[in-house]
Amino acid sequence: MTVGATPSEAQRIRRVGLWRTFLTRPEFGSIVGALFIFLLFWALTGFTVGKGFMSWQGFAAYIEITAQVGILGATVSLLMIAGEFDLSVGSMIGAAGLILAMCVSTYGLPLWLSIIITFAFALAIGWLNGYLVVKTGLPSFIVTLGSLYMLRGAGLALTRILTNGLTIVSGVGTATANDPLAWLFNGTLFSIGGGDFKVELLWWILVVGLASWILLRTRFGNWIFAVGGSKDASRSMGVPVARVKILLFMATAACAAIFACIQVLSVGTADVLRGQQKEFEAIITAVIGGTLLTGGYGSALGSAFGAFVLGVTQLGIFFVPGFNSDWYAFVLGLLLLVAALLNNWILRRASGARS
Amino acid sequence: MTAHSANAPVLEARNVSKGFGRVLALKDVSLSVKAGEVNCLLGDNGAGKSTLIKMLSGVHRPDSGSLAMDGEPVTLSSPHDAQARGIATVFQDLAVLPLMSVSRNFFLGNEPTKGFGPFRHFDVATADRVARQRMKEIGIEVRETSQLVGTMSGGERQTLAIARAEYFGARVLILDEPTSALGVKQSAIVLRHILRARANGLAVIFITHNVQHALPVGDKFTILSHGRSAGEFRRGEVGLDQLLALMGGGAELTELATELEQLRAAGVAHEADAS
Repeated sequence: MTVGATPSEAQRIRRVGLWRTFLTRPEFGSIVGALFIFLLFWALTGFTVGKGFMSWQGFAAYIEITAQVGILGATVSLLMIAGEFDLSVGSMIGAAGLILAMCVSTYGLPLWLSIIITFAFALAIGWLNGYLVVKTGLPSFIVTLGSLYMLRGAGLALTRILTNGLTIVSGVGTATANDPLAWLFNGTLFSIGGGDFKVELLWWILVVGLASWILLRTRFGNWIFAVGGSKDASRSMGVPVARVKILLFMATAACAAIFACIQVLSVGTADVLRGQQKEFEAIITAVIGGTLLTGGYGSALGSAFGAFVLGVTQLGIFFVPGFNSDWYAFVLGLLLLVAALLNNWILRRASGARS
Repeated sequence: MTAHSANAPVLEARNVSKGFGRVLALKDVSLSVKAGEVNCLLGDNGAGKSTLIKMLSGVHRPDSGSLAMDGEPVTLSSPHDAQARGIATVFQDLAVLPLMSVSRNFFLGNEPTKGFGPFRHFDVATADRVARQRMKEIGIEVRETSQLVGTMSGGERQTLAIARAEYFGARVLILDEPTSALGVKQSAIVLRHILRARANGLAVIFITHNVQHALPVGDKFTILSHGRSAGEFRRGEVGLDQLLALMGGGAELTELATELEQLRAAGVAHEADAS
């Protein structure tokens, strides 16, 4: 680079161009991936415009799926950057949905109170998850695997007892039909060309925006990176490690509750088995978004592109002639592997081959 | 700051002991450092140096004995508490986070903020500016503050940690083996910074097992051996050999020297036989 002059030790940090900065951003892979997957499915559906994949209806459909998984992915990314997993997200969706539905239709509580109770429950379980992880020092993988099964099991058993043998709570639709508050979770934002864009799009933008802002522009965000990078180094620098982790477990549980409210109020019923596999989809969203499984590095914005990849894939397969949604899981697994490899490569570039 | 602090040590450990399970890591150890003074804490691996400084920086609490600042007894309830009282520590293995940027590392735990209430946020511009300027002062030109610390050399990482501690450590600077992983040139930079900190009126505790690094900068030498104090000396009172002997490594080194001498003698004899 510098010819003639002897570069001092200090000058060995190279000047970094805008392009290189972009290349080393954690979300770089997910942006390229999202673009690639979108073009791929458009090509596979024969570059048709106006119907199927490339239509406003199609677009609205995969944005809806994207938004729902994206709401989970943003906070799961933050938690993973802090070095922890939350596998209980999926069964929290089922449990929170049941609580909301039972409050509204079985006990006839007003919707606003039912929503408060649902979120209070989710936050309490999130706190408990975090507290157990922090206090016992057990891997969060194990602790939240425990709560995954406990929430699912208790949800099933208690719902049967309280509703005389049923595992589905219905009647939410009629009970909330005239409540303007329900619009917050099942409303339609706008319609273009026959495609209805639902309110979860707004929730998704809000959650991703807030998560990104917290991660990149607050003290708490700096602590999230640090806690995931090294717990001991963070503690020695005076970072409140336990508080950071517990708050993030509460955030993932709260996002599961948002997801549950959207589903229950849109469909009108709650089912114990709702939200199955969502914990893994959220993790895949985060990984495609450039977040390291081992913590300390990642992006909340990237998870939005990760969610888009998921949404487009899930619906895109449906539009491709000769394919059906049976292939979804296979493609998802493949994408996860490719993303993980790509992230590894980006990370090696970003950290200059040393680690 | 206060009148009584003129002569009293800024930071002091009085007969502290600490055990972990059945292992007694420290027994009845005392250490003190005044403003504008460098106290070198010397000892072999496992002598209890790390336990002692973790105590002085609020990570561990003594089982018995006490800590004092400016002659007044204090309890350091957490690393944050110690920092708030002006004790800045650079830990050997915990200096920086490689996957975070220079400025994020620099301000970790002390992030500058802007705005009020829910809009209070991390002032990234100030963090970048100060980190860049401070790193420049210490001899490292950082052009891109978003560069991950993992791209820096071991010496540069240690220097970043020291620059950070100097920036925030108003009164006491504790350096845990800052030169142990460094080359000769990088070590010299670190030693120069220790002297600069002393000239600025900081109290410095410099932990090392390298006597050659300790001798040129130390005003005082506290020696630990097997968790006990093996003596405290002022500059000029002791030489290299004595310090080595007190650290518990002297006997081994003398033995090694004798062995080498014998080997050489044998080698000479062997050569004589061959010719």
